[in-house]
Amino acid sequence: MTAATIFSPSTRSRFPGFGLSLGFTLFYLTGIVLVPLLALVLRPFSLHLEDFWTTISAPRVLAALRLSFGTALAAAAIDSFFGFIVAWVLVRYRFPGKRLMDALIDLPFALPTAVAGIALSTLYAPTGWVGSLLADYGIKVAYTPWGVLVAMIFIGLPFTVRTLQPVLQDLGRDLEEAAATLGATRPQAIMRVVVPMMMPALLTGAALAFARGVGEYGSIIFIAGNLPMKSEIAPLLIVTKLEQFDYAGAASIGVVMLAASFVLLLALNGLQVWAAKRR
Amino acid sequence: MRRVFLFAAAALAMAATAAGAAEVKLLNVSYDPTRELYKDLGAGFAKQWKAKTGDTVILSTSNGGSGAQARAVIDGLQADVVTLALAADIDAISAKAKLLPADWQKRLPQNSTPYTSTIVFLVRKGNPKAIKDWSDLVKPGIQVVTPNPKTSGGARWAYLAAWSFAQKSPGGNADKAKAFVGGLYKNVPVLDSGARGSTVTFTKRGLGDVLLSWENEAHLALKEAPGKYEIVYPSRSILAEPPVALVAKNIDRHNNRKVAEAFVNYLYSPEAQEIEARDFYRPRNPAILAKYKANFPNIPLATIDTDFGGWTKAQQTHFADGGVFDQIYQPGR
Amino acid sequence: MKKTRSATDDPPLLRYLLCGIAFVFIALFLVLPLMVVFSEALATGLGPVWTAITDTDSLAAIRLSLLAAAIAVPLNTVFGIAASWAIVKFDFPGKAFLVTLIDLPFSVSPVVAGLIYVLVFGRQGWFGSWLTDHDIHILFALPGIVLATIFVTFPFVARELIPLMSDQGREDEEAALSLGASGFATFWRVTLPNIKWGLLYGVLLCNARALGEFGAVSVVSGHIRGQTNTMPLHVELLYNNYDYVGAFSVAALLALLALLTLALKSFLEWRYADELAAVHRH
Repeated sequence: MTAATIFSPSTRSRFPGFGLSLGFTLFYLTGIVLVPLLALVLRPFSLHLEDFWTTISAPRVLAALRLSFGTALAAAAIDSFFGFIVAWVLVRYRFPGKRLMDALIDLPFALPTAVAGIALSTLYAPTGWVGSLLADYGIKVAYTPWGVLVAMIFIGLPFTVRTLQPVLQDLGRDLEEAAATLGATRPQAIMRVVVPMMMPALLTGAALAFARGVGEYGSIIFIAGNLPMKSEIAPLLIVTKLEQFDYAGAASIGVVMLAASFVLLLALNGLQVWAAKRR
Repeated sequence: MRRVFLFAAAALAMAATAAGAAEVKLLNVSYDPTRELYKDLGAGFAKQWKAKTGDTVILSTSNGGSGAQARAVIDGLQADVVTLALAADIDAISAKAKLLPADWQKRLPQNSTPYTSTIVFLVRKGNPKAIKDWSDLVKPGIQVVTPNPKTSGGARWAYLAAWSFAQKSPGGNADKAKAFVGGLYKNVPVLDSGARGSTVTFTKRGLGDVLLSWENEAHLALKEAPGKYEIVYPSRSILAEPPVALVAKNIDRHNNRKVAEAFVNYLYSPEAQEIEARDFYRPRNPAILAKYKANFPNIPLATIDTDFGGWTKAQQTHFADGGVFDQIYQPGR
Repeated sequence: MKKTRSATDDPPLLRYLLCGIAFVFIALFLVLPLMVVFSEALATGLGPVWTAITDTDSLAAIRLSLLAAAIAVPLNTVFGIAASWAIVKFDFPGKAFLVTLIDLPFSVSPVVAGLIYVLVFGRQGWFGSWLTDHDIHILFALPGIVLATIFVTFPFVARELIPLMSDQGREDEEAALSLGASGFATFWRVTLPNIKWGLLYGVLLCNARALGEFGAVSVVSGHIRGQTNTMPLHVELLYNNYDYVGAFSVAALLALLALLTLALKSFLEWRYADELAAVHRH
């Protein structure tokens, strides 16, 4: 088989623009995304592999990666839980202000992260509206790892709600009705029928929120304490390394994060295939 | 394919810089707390330059953590003049990007430092925690706010001031100094990346009992919020020298060496020294320093060269990866 | 929980509970931060807000942000259309992988997005010395800011269009083509009208993100006041200048833009619900 036959699209005879559209897509993708990412991937290997390993296994780097990934995971879980409730309420119930609530869900996506950062830190600092209330109970949010969590919950929320909402809408009530007819109790119907049907969407939403949270920088640096080993996130460490003229070090952490996001995306695609099969 | 894009990008870049070519442009890349200072100095210099040559100088400034700014210049930020928090960051520009000669610090008077400063304590009104000296900062329950020495110049001066205090105390040595500084950073709840970030954390966010601050930054905070804070001078501190330098390669490329040289020399002129003193930087000019001496109490000051063997050594020992500062944060030590 | 008579209606108590949880959660995480922005901006009345926003440096930041978005968004729109055309209308090997690559910028940290351009265009980077020799400025100038903006908003239009176009199939275009329409005419007269609302929706999201990007742009901007500071960077600068009212004023302007985006988006969703149905499944 020649290359030409491999790449000849099945509908080529009828459809125009294959070469142009795919060519432009590949050109643009290569220039904007792939070549620069290649520069990142190759950079740590201007050193020896050992140096790469030394950089990323330093306790401070490990602590930052653990904080970023661990907190993003927790935030994704919390967003999935509350996202499920919010999506359920938006799809199943009628109440005043529903359209407004629905529109607001996307706020974290549309609001610049720096604005979110100063707003959240103003709100959750010991002098802020929420922070001062919590301070009475000895709870500190701003400038602790909890601040990182709050910021990640904020930016991840739209992804879980928006993934769950349409699936919940499509699901309809027939299945629950059927389950009820067969004698299932309401909790049984939810747990055995609805939640399993929602599983791909739940996981997809959580994965998107997680991906967004792991990489987030703008909103977090304002509200986290940025203490090494404690509340310093991996993207901040990249910036710090860069500011110490340690390009290879910065790139090494960048490569680890890039690899993680790539694996995550492949998993997401797998999820989508799984979801499509279940439909 | 990429080249087409580069040309498009280049065209954009030229379009962006071509506008208003009739004026003389000067870019000053500076560290965090000099925002107000260089606004005032820029206005003064522009007036003088206009009177002398008839040209209009447009002085742009970029502010940020000293290390971050040096990194940007190394990566290609077109600075004509750099005015950073410490010599090590300008050394890095010279070493890594070869934009200025290695002996840059000898090219201008007084270590290329037209003004100096020191590190002081900013505490809340009435000094409720009774913080008088460095030894009070390691007490349990005291929260100290200071930026990250890895990225902030002021924080490095503060760290070294604490170190020299411990070392100069009776029976002090390097191990005790390390333990002392370690204890101090155990009391730090937030490490911002720049001096101004820490000031905001301390003032606006109400966090911490004491801010380790540039003297000028502390005075500015007093001015911004009268009656809310007090400055405490410790028994000793450090002579902080924030140097200035011409970025030789950039000014040659921009053809503005004359105005850039005039600008850095202006910083030493009596007029500029007055402005610096008014913005709470310690002027080099003895007469003007004497005039404002009420603002600048005389306390013993360590110096980077005699007490720490110069910035190259201090940077390597304390702030490089794996250095003393990193060891403070390693668990189990 | 107890058994209810109607199989699919939740008991009232549960309804109130769930609504309550949703309300509190949304209030705590979405409404309050938004309110803080406006209340801090208006702390000393409307006058200072106006002064802060019409300040020359603020106006320069607004102009720069709009300019960067005005370059980045159309480019990504053309890319989004081309990519979804290629992916939806044709079958070729490696298609799934291509889709993954297009999605990649979404999950890459903005800081990494800035870093990669430093590694390519910085003085120490791949093209650094060539660019210096030819006096071309990419980093710390408009091109760098545009590139970073393009990167972080890269997948948005394509992500909206791909599901929408796959839902619509190829029949309409095939009919037009069989009637002798040219490829371009088919796209212009048949495809574009079919996807225009989805396209607008994607452009809207892309634009919102382009105006608001902070992390990536921060790495490549150089922070020169009045020249390379975008609106979000200007917010940070004012915030660090003791000018809280100014910072929150520009922040409020950005928040208003965000709200406007949300309003337009909701309107599109409500008005063109059917045509956008596929998009929801993204």
